[in-house]
Amino acid sequence: MRRTVVLSVLVPVGVLALTVLAWHLYVTIGDVETFILPAPDLVIRTLWNDWSTLGPALWVTLKLTFSALALAVVGGVALAVLMAQSRWIELALYPYAVILQVTPVVALAPIVVTRIPDTQTALLVLAFVVAFFPILTNTAQGLKSVDHNLRDLFQLHGAGRLQRLWYLEAPSALPYFLTGLRIAGGIALIAAVVAEFAAGSSGAGSGLAFRLFEAQYRLNSPRVFAALLLLAATGVAIFAATSLVSAWALRHWHESAVPRDR
Amino acid sequence: MRLADVGKTYANGVLALDGVSLAVASGEFVSLLGPSGCGKSTILRLVAGLSPPSAGTVELGATPGEADALRREISFVFQEPTLMPWATVAANVLMPLRVRRVPRREAEDRVAEALALVGLDGFAKSYPRELSGGMKMRVSIARALVIRPRLLLLDEPFAALDEITRFRLNDDLVRLWRQFGWTVLFVTHSVFESVYLSSRVLVMSPRPGRVVQDIAVPDAARNEAWRMGPEYNALCREVSLALHAAMGDRA
Ligand SMILES: Nc1ncnc2c1ncn2[C@@H]1O[C@H](COP(=O)(O)OP(=O)(O)OP(=O)(O)O)[C@@H](O)[C@H]1O
Ligand SMILES: [Mg+2]
Repeated sequence: MRRTVVLSVLVPVGVLALTVLAWHLYVTIGDVETFILPAPDLVIRTLWNDWSTLGPALWVTLKLTFSALALAVVGGVALAVLMAQSRWIELALYPYAVILQVTPVVALAPIVVTRIPDTQTALLVLAFVVAFFPILTNTAQGLKSVDHNLRDLFQLHGAGRLQRLWYLEAPSALPYFLTGLRIAGGIALIAAVVAEFAAGSSGAGSGLAFRLFEAQYRLNSPRVFAALLLLAATGVAIFAATSLVSAWALRHWHESAVPRDR
Repeated sequence: MRLADVGKTYANGVLALDGVSLAVASGEFVSLLGPSGCGKSTILRLVAGLSPPSAGTVELGATPGEADALRREISFVFQEPTLMPWATVAANVLMPLRVRRVPRREAEDRVAEALALVGLDGFAKSYPRELSGGMKMRVSIARALVIRPRLLLLDEPFAALDEITRFRLNDDLVRLWRQFGWTVLFVTHSVFESVYLSSRVLVMSPRPGRVVQDIAVPDAARNEAWRMGPEYNALCREVSLALHAAMGDRA
């Protein structure tokens, strides 16, 4: 048990160290130009030196991502519950959710940005539209996947609609919702970046994506990579956080979160 | 409770029941005995009002008013334990009371009582996945008893249990039935169990099921002595022969 824990830390860290080393050797021995690929230590130093620019940009992107995710959770769950109440509501609303989903953010962005005067609000709307769908579909699926015998049992005991929702459907749907949340967390960040890029927002309140493309435009390669590193780290952190939330919420009963006894 | 000429055809066209008539008087313990797939579970579902008959009528109580009152006092133990995996044993048993908005204090006392009855006092805080198959079934039985039902529908509740536990729960069930005056409709595969428990055994034919024999069991004290005695053995033979006859075998 102890050994597995130690190994589960050592293995990824070791592979990371090897990757960075290979990167370093490739750049120094191959004499690669900074413009093409900056050395890892240069990227880290740039991250440090340019923090006054990158730090606030990271903050803007994080705020955007998490606001979009929070709105997506509220909206997605609410709509899923609404759709679970009646097939007619589902039939009426589901097509719009699908249309919003299949329309690429890049195509939607210029339209939304020019219609909504405040850029940050426009970006929030775009990121929300993308993050909302996996939460909606997964939660809706979960609400429908209640064990039929349990449904019968609740009916037999005369449970009302709200009691059924609270005691039966919500817990049944929880694992599905959490899967939706994990997906939504990842794509909320992607959507935030894509929307920002597509919107071409400038000046005050600019996020990481804007800083990245700005640096690229100025051929400031180390800063491009520093921004990229921050984005990747944010994505990993969001994934880890949503996975932890999921494992914690299901720790007592769900197969995905319970160790297999042997 | 009466079923008159009831038929049931499932959505996929399977004719499960055809012309089933049976009546259970208040306070009776009636067993349904028949081969696998003959429609025993289907009968219980019809009685519970969980699925409508395709033909014939299912009546509860003497008047419609009584039927509505009785509906709220039915408990059903399914063939599978059917527990909520996210809830502890206590929360599972509490469910029927919670739905009925029984005050918390009283509800908790009754849950403890029901768990003690099935011998699971120590497991209130466990989750279903931490229990054995037989223990899950006992939780399901406790959940049925906790509302103190007037009509108890049991679908092979003891099939997953070992002989000893089974005998113990059989004795408990008979005792409680006598004490509380429940009406019980009990599905089983076991000839011995049906005779030991019931006041009447209904033998069913293979699918499409119908009741082909109705064998009354005299009201005797149910205990080891009776189980070893001649009356019990004669009844078991009679029921067994009826079952073979229903299945079209030569006895
Ligand atoms: N939901 C369903 N849809 C279609 N057919 C069904 C359904 N449920 C049961 N049946 C069919 O109805 C018949 C009776 O089923 P039922 O479950 O009542 O049998 P049973 O007597 O309880 O059998 P067992 O002793 O094996 O539990 C079976 O032949 C089965 O194929
Ligand atoms: Mg059955």
